[in-house]
Amino acid sequence: MLASIYRILALTRKELLAVLKDRRGRMSLLIPPVVQALIFGYAATYDLNHVPYAVFDQSHSGASQQLLAHIDGSGVFQRVATLSQAQDIAREVDSRKALLALVIDSDFERRMFSGQGAQLQVIADGRNSNTAGTAMGYLGAVVERFNTQWRRDHGLGPPSLTITARAWYNPNLETRWYMIPGMIGTLTLLQTLMLTAMSVAREREQGTFDQLLVTPFRPYELMAGKALPSMLVGIIQATGVLLVAQLWFRIPFAGSYLTLYIGLLVFLMAAVGMGLLVSAASATMQQAMLYSMLLIMPFALLSGLTTPVSNMPGWLQYLTAINPLRYAIDITRRVYLEGAGLALLGGDLLPLAIVAAATLSISSWVFAHRMQ
Amino acid sequence: MSPSVRPYWRIKLQRVRALIIKESRQIVRDPSSIAIGVILPLILILLFGYGLSLDVRNVPIAVVMDQPSTQGQELLAALQLSPYFNPRQVATMPAAENLMAHGEVDGIVHLAQEFDRRMSAGDAQLQLIVQGGDANRARIIEAYVQGAVGVWAAHRAAQGRGGSVGPVLVQSRLWFNDANESHYFLVPGLIVLVMTLIGGLLTAMVVAREWERGTYEALLVTPVRSEEILLGKTLPYFVLALIGFSLCALSAQFLFHVPLRGSFWILLFDSMLYVLVALGIGLLISSWVKSQLVASQLTMLVTFMPAYILSGFLFDLRSMPLAVRFVTYLLPARYYVALLQSVFLAGDVWSVIVPNTLVLALMAGLLALASRAVMRKRLE
Repeated sequence: MLASIYRILALTRKELLAVLKDRRGRMSLLIPPVVQALIFGYAATYDLNHVPYAVFDQSHSGASQQLLAHIDGSGVFQRVATLSQAQDIAREVDSRKALLALVIDSDFERRMFSGQGAQLQVIADGRNSNTAGTAMGYLGAVVERFNTQWRRDHGLGPPSLTITARAWYNPNLETRWYMIPGMIGTLTLLQTLMLTAMSVAREREQGTFDQLLVTPFRPYELMAGKALPSMLVGIIQATGVLLVAQLWFRIPFAGSYLTLYIGLLVFLMAAVGMGLLVSAASATMQQAMLYSMLLIMPFALLSGLTTPVSNMPGWLQYLTAINPLRYAIDITRRVYLEGAGLALLGGDLLPLAIVAAATLSISSWVFAHRMQ
Repeated sequence: MSPSVRPYWRIKLQRVRALIIKESRQIVRDPSSIAIGVILPLILILLFGYGLSLDVRNVPIAVVMDQPSTQGQELLAALQLSPYFNPRQVATMPAAENLMAHGEVDGIVHLAQEFDRRMSAGDAQLQLIVQGGDANRARIIEAYVQGAVGVWAAHRAAQGRGGSVGPVLVQSRLWFNDANESHYFLVPGLIVLVMTLIGGLLTAMVVAREWERGTYEALLVTPVRSEEILLGKTLPYFVLALIGFSLCALSAQFLFHVPLRGSFWILLFDSMLYVLVALGIGLLISSWVKSQLVASQLTMLVTFMPAYILSGFLFDLRSMPLAVRFVTYLLPARYYVALLQSVFLAGDVWSVIVPNTLVLALMAGLLALASRAVMRKRLE
């Protein structure tokens, strides 16, 4: 037993040396996740802070000026064009100069005073309908504030029904809070899976795998020796992303680190298991690379990182059951934002553990089979 | 007629042709590159086309009335009619909050005591709580509830049953995507992602393999020049990737019903440019970096993830900080996403097509020159 552990540790040390011995190798494992977390952390947000808009004001009235001043003063909306004819709207929107175009009719002010309600027509560029919807939501909120003020100033009294909205877990509805915790798993998966897959394939291609076979290593020891270093790299990478989330983006951590790391550990076991499975299926490094890219892309896209899993058709949701990243993202988000404990995470941890057990045992069977 | 008398360009052409024929035979005999170039894009576009959606429909919400309320029932009926919600009445707030903690509902609409009386008095309050973890979805749900309640209140006011509206009412229209279907913009973006991956894979698999096997060096003893090798080697894979692209474009139109409002020829021309760029990047990486492990990780790091996050496929580029926006300008995917979204959804908008096409053409040219330089250095 003890001898077995020593052998695993020796192999782990050898693997780590092989990966970390040259500077480029070290850098290529430690720098990318942190840099990616920084860049993607800023980029991966559905929030808007710069909405260019064009306006076609036919009323030229005090009321419309007041409304536009309100919109300009919001900080989010930037007026890029003040149009004098309707045909120009298409030019501004088509060329993507303006995300929104506002059209104010000539009877705008009259209708506001008559109590019929004045129309503000908004045209949004639907080439990204999600962005357009968000921008329209922002505009709706600005107009709502304007209405409240107008009612107060003109003694109209409050509307018959007011809605007060509140969001749980993420009071300011910042998508960054949702995205960055999800990246802990995503950025880690990429390299751990590939590292594992390639390291076995490299040994096989260079013929050193045969040398390992004549050593007293048993198949499971070989596997553990290949899995542990990758998991170690994964834990370090995940910690790097976690630090960026907390220290740089200052997203408050609601849960327990122990829970998070237990979740990450199970996830890394599954990721490494996938990597070993890939290496078991491939004879050369080229194949290992091809197969791991083929796994990583669907794993990353169909994980719920950017679009919800619940929006997928039923058959595809079943397919994502084998995607370790799907569970990892759910775990990190819930621990990070909601402070969920182990008991609440059973629905993620259990399937993740099953994926880890299945991939590890299948690949160890293949390893053992090859060795005899 | 001896070869030396023939004009030089014809000899050159003949050599390139010979290389193309040789490479094409290799492709036909080794089906793996056909699988990568043609079948894989189709599988991926189907998988992702069905898998990715940002549409918010049938949101489960709980409606809590602290007191039996006829107005509340009317509102509940209005919510039930909307395709966006799947409302159910829940007796108490704690019960509703419990449902939300377990993820069974995504929002709670709460009508406090005396809702009917205060509705007539004109100062009723409606409390809306949404599950904010997924902020994008939460914001859409919030806007939809506000919209549905607003329409209901406006309807009441118009019937003269009390209350007033406005004074400013927003009336919105979504150009290029009236139905507000998220896959109208996701599918063109996915084509970019898929073609990026295919370009990287084809070059990594095929071109880098040649380096490994040393067959490029074997070409050294022949009279072929480096640019001829480059042309003869990439052209067959270029055609392969274009077939893959065409399948993606066809499935976008006929399976996902994304309209193609612009010209097909512009779409094809820009896609040819992008395939060239994608192949060029892979070629450059696999020629530059010796270790395959580093090369494969580099390809993944500089192509796939940036094309996913930084291309404008999902996230609005205008809202990114300046430094990040600067990075996006270096990414070919950014220009191709802008082109595809416009050509598919808006039509032939020249103010979008011309600048983006020019940048892609410039990138393709630079990459071709760089690949030739790297290949020369390795061969000569």
